[in-house]
Amino acid sequence: MKNYFRLGLLIFLTPVLLWLVLLIVIPHIELLLMSLKGTDDYGNPAWTFSHYATFFNEKIYWYTFVRTAVYALATTFLTFLVTFPVAFYITKIVSKKFTGFLTILLLMPFWVSELVRVYGWMILLRESGVINHILISLGIINTPIEMLYNDVTMMMGLVYTSMLFMAVPLISSLEGMDDSLIEAAHDLGASPPTIFFKIIIPYASHGITSGAIVVFMLALGNYLTPTLMGGKNSLWFTEQIYNEFIASFNWNQGAAFGFLLLLLSSFIIWAGLKLTRQELGRALS
Amino acid sequence: MKRMLAAATIAFIGFAATSAQSAETLKILTWKGYAPQELVDKFEKETGMKVELTYTNNEEMIAKLRATRGAGFDLAQPSQDRISSVQAEFKIYQPMDYSKINGDQIIGSMLDAVKKNTKVGDDSYGVPFCYGTSGLIVNKKLAPEANDYTALLDKTYEGRISYRLKRPTLIGLAFAMGDDPFAKYGDPTAYKALMDSVAGKMIEAKPYVKNYWSNGDALLEMVRSGEVTVAMGWDNGGWKLHGENPDIDFVAPKSGALGWIDTFAIPAKAKNIEGAYEWINFMLKPENAAVFTNAEKYATASKGAGEFLDKEVAGNITRSFTEADIDNIKWYPPVGADIEQLEGKILDTVKAAN
Repeated sequence: MKNYFRLGLLIFLTPVLLWLVLLIVIPHIELLLMSLKGTDDYGNPAWTFSHYATFFNEKIYWYTFVRTAVYALATTFLTFLVTFPVAFYITKIVSKKFTGFLTILLLMPFWVSELVRVYGWMILLRESGVINHILISLGIINTPIEMLYNDVTMMMGLVYTSMLFMAVPLISSLEGMDDSLIEAAHDLGASPPTIFFKIIIPYASHGITSGAIVVFMLALGNYLTPTLMGGKNSLWFTEQIYNEFIASFNWNQGAAFGFLLLLLSSFIIWAGLKLTRQELGRALS
Repeated sequence: MKRMLAAATIAFIGFAATSAQSAETLKILTWKGYAPQELVDKFEKETGMKVELTYTNNEEMIAKLRATRGAGFDLAQPSQDRISSVQAEFKIYQPMDYSKINGDQIIGSMLDAVKKNTKVGDDSYGVPFCYGTSGLIVNKKLAPEANDYTALLDKTYEGRISYRLKRPTLIGLAFAMGDDPFAKYGDPTAYKALMDSVAGKMIEAKPYVKNYWSNGDALLEMVRSGEVTVAMGWDNGGWKLHGENPDIDFVAPKSGALGWIDTFAIPAKAKNIEGAYEWINFMLKPENAAVFTNAEKYATASKGAGEFLDKEVAGNITRSFTEADIDNIKWYPPVGADIEQLEGKILDTVKAAN
């Protein structure tokens, strides 16, 4: 009996282990080694931390990272603000039989690729685009306005592309909430803001945390949206990694940046969890 | 045991079959437009091979081949100045066997120049395919005064300027400032000082730029719609737009258009080498080269193609270039890895500046 159990465990564990080791652990070890390789003063190969030191010594690199992290945090917060009312409406206000239908409607745009959606936004917002055309023909403005290539548009694009990943955990955690909790609070004289902050938010906190982690990581690691919609000012940290690999042919530096991104973003998430007194295991369960 | 053997046999046969099949395909790593469908069809019919195209640019081409150490493709088309230093360091190409190339159908001086510029050790690695220049694409009705790279920094065209945040822009602006960046390739310190001052000017004028383009088609679309009136781009793009709207044209900058030659080079671990040579000779055959030039407006390195060209295409060069402009073209010399790394950081600084 015991032997059977072990065999079963082995059979079911093997794909997971293969996946982890072959596709995640080994490439990361390769990257780590690459990031530590350099040349000494005579041009011979040597181990060095200089690629990591470059990040901290060159203002432009850590500046880009800080900028990226701040914008990713802002994206996370804005995404929450936008999706919470939607999730609340779908689960609590509208009749139960429409919940599934409305959720599908919410998912629908995500059936096409991110690239297509971003180009869609660009067609709408560009100077000779749809929105400018409508505004001019209505006589609201006389000359077209360039709405692309600034930080506001870029943030909007990021929020739009990550909305789904906040909405789904919010909906599932709000769905499990008993309406009578809200009704009871109401009967006992709690004001709407009190109900919101004391009952709903704490109840949905797991959903919020897991949504926030996913959205933050997606925004931080996004390459497409900042590059296409942000235009001339949008140096994103992933773009810098791409540049090191592709434009400067400096793979060692690029690998070091990749690792720094991994470490620093893990640290930010850890700090965020500590500050809000959440636990990773519970948030993801 | 028997079953395992059978499985292994099947796997082996499958493997052999796929490798036999891949000998019949020709995988080309090239730029968009460098292999018109008409010619691909013709080549497939003549040789029975199947052509697979992957579109890319110089930087990604090198990165892709470097990642596989020169495997995965049978033919690549890097620019001639980007071959020798990359080859010296990463060994991603194999020496070109010029006895298999039909040299009679290639412009002699250009073949010699490419041989010289792609030489590493005793071997050369490139065969010229087409050439052209980078300069200005201008809407002459809306920006009649733009005739040099400095127009890209000019407040007059605020919000109507676009260029690529890549090395040609740095080099063009350095020439416009009266300097010669190519002469400083050998002296990284002097080169960095020059490029830092160019970057300073670019940052100062950054508010006037609409965006940094990265996709040629997207640029043409912006110029076509009038959103951009002054752009740095390739001559063939300007000529394409001239066919649609006579106000738009390619302008050779006063301080010199930047001349490039794109080549054929064979990756180190190419499988279908014979096919690669066949493709090179096929593409440079005068009547085929003319099909390419008529469609894409790039000038070809094929010697006898002139008589097959459309009249408008032949007229493009005389319209955009005077005799003096042609003499003033700055041809890219081979560039070293240290120079490219230094430029990468400078371009990042420009992009990050506000």
